[in-house]
Amino acid sequence: MKILGIDSSGLVASVAVTEDDNLLGEYTVNYEKTHSETLLPMVDDLAKRLSLDLNTLDAIAVSKGPGSFTGLRIGCATVKGMGLALNKPVIGVPTLDALAYNLWGMTNLVCPIMDARRDQVYTGLYRFVKLKDEFHMETVLMQCAIGIDELVEKINRFGSDVTFLGDGVPVYEDYIRKNSRAPFSFAPANLNKQRASSVAALGGVYFKEGKTESADSLKIDYLRLSQAERERNEREGKE
Amino acid sequence: MTSTDKEIKILAIETSCDETSAAVVVNGRDVRSNIISTQIPLHTLYGGVVPEIASRKHTERINQVIRQALDEAKMTLSDMDAIAVTYGPGLVGALLVGVSEAKGIAYAANLPLIGVHHIEGHISANYIENKDLEPPFLCLVVSGGHTHLVRVLDYGKYEILGRTVDDAAGEAFDKVARTIGLGYPGGPKIEKKATLGNPDAIDLPRAKVGGSEYDFSFSGLKSAVLNYINKAGMKGETVDPADLAASFQKAVVDVLTDHAEHAIDSFGVSEFAIAGGVASNGALRASMEEMCDRKGVKFYRPSPILCTDNAAMIGAAAYYEYIAGRRDGWDLNAVPALALGER
Repeated sequence: MKILGIDSSGLVASVAVTEDDNLLGEYTVNYEKTHSETLLPMVDDLAKRLSLDLNTLDAIAVSKGPGSFTGLRIGCATVKGMGLALNKPVIGVPTLDALAYNLWGMTNLVCPIMDARRDQVYTGLYRFVKLKDEFHMETVLMQCAIGIDELVEKINRFGSDVTFLGDGVPVYEDYIRKNSRAPFSFAPANLNKQRASSVAALGGVYFKEGKTESADSLKIDYLRLSQAERERNEREGKE
Repeated sequence: MTSTDKEIKILAIETSCDETSAAVVVNGRDVRSNIISTQIPLHTLYGGVVPEIASRKHTERINQVIRQALDEAKMTLSDMDAIAVTYGPGLVGALLVGVSEAKGIAYAANLPLIGVHHIEGHISANYIENKDLEPPFLCLVVSGGHTHLVRVLDYGKYEILGRTVDDAAGEAFDKVARTIGLGYPGGPKIEKKATLGNPDAIDLPRAKVGGSEYDFSFSGLKSAVLNYINKAGMKGETVDPADLAASFQKAVVDVLTDHAEHAIDSFGVSEFAIAGGVASNGALRASMEEMCDRKGVKFYRPSPILCTDNAAMIGAAAYYEYIAGRRDGWDLNAVPALALGER
């Protein structure tokens, strides 16, 4: 089972190819150049390095949100185009789930946070439970957009050790240090940002569960309406 | 141009504003399909195009639109010789959807990629229904985002004689339509209302601009419409929206026609074309046709469906890029303010 993974949900652009339990290659760049200019050349570089015939892929997995609206669209539209051309299924992996998967096997509560602006974070809570000698990722809090105060409050109620990761850490580290009553830690540089290898590996789990879809139906989970829709709803008294 | 034995088939994609479109075009002039999925009803709720919503809708619809274009042309990707896409100018988020999609398809299908200038596409829309039209000719491009008077020197070679220094002609239509309560999109709404009014009822200015003698300005006209309404309001007079729409439309058409006529005289042009969304305006078409007839100049205008944003025109422009050997790399980016003739 060969899977191409792609993540362009944040500042990081990352592409990876996995085959069963092997990571064949991964290319991750955290540099201020637009994903539009970097993402596909990175796929091309990696494919050349691996002598990869795209037709041998079983599926393409992509981080489907939340994240930067534009970044998500660059990744998803690229994958939609590739999926259409290759006639291969795609797997939309929730961004926060893939981030949490970076810390596979951790006994702490895992809390990825992404800066969502407007005083909010995109976040979720995960833990890894051992079943039959294998860890499974369990979702404690489904990915959502909430205030950092609300998140820390939830974690305080759990009271268990928590490890934070994601691009929201540098933004909210001070707040967490001041307000967290549960023991906490922050993931190191090699694990704390989006990794396409996690998208591909978690995509592989979904693939085995039959959770694939066509490139046509792949949808982005923005977790947020556009500003215009939000303001219109407010005007019309909807929630 | 040398004739090619082989038919060159191009799948073209256009997502620069609020239409998701894909087309299959053979040899630049033979349109086998031209699917346009419009978002206008959605944006009407907001009184204009909302870029974030446009980008979201493009992403949701694009694969279906592309499949429909291939199906209608009774072809598959393996029949294609290249993938073309609008990469500017336009709304950056909207452009990026088409550019990313086109790159994904071209890369995975191992096909050349050609980025196309949106305005070049509008101009090239004229090639589709006029198999005899070849450069050089003069073209007026008028749309919601652009007002350009252009000498088409050769395929892909342009000299811009004049452009708007403020609002685009279509933008003026939208703003005035909003002011007199006609709603969005302004072009068709004003045109419809104008049929009921007297175009000579209200005296509105025909602005001259300081820069190039071919430049346009429409913000003064827009202000004049506002002033007229305010003055009438203060005097307690009612404004006839039909007369206002007709007079405004005539003012725009007069300026566009005068500039085109001036350029035709100065450059000894024998062929003149119009393009872009506003080129579907009946009053503009009639005025230009009358002017061209009077001067013995051959007049070209695309059918209204080819005036609106569509991918067939992108496929037409891309063909001439293709035979000129121009290709883009996998790092092709969207360029929201791309200038005509710029790479």
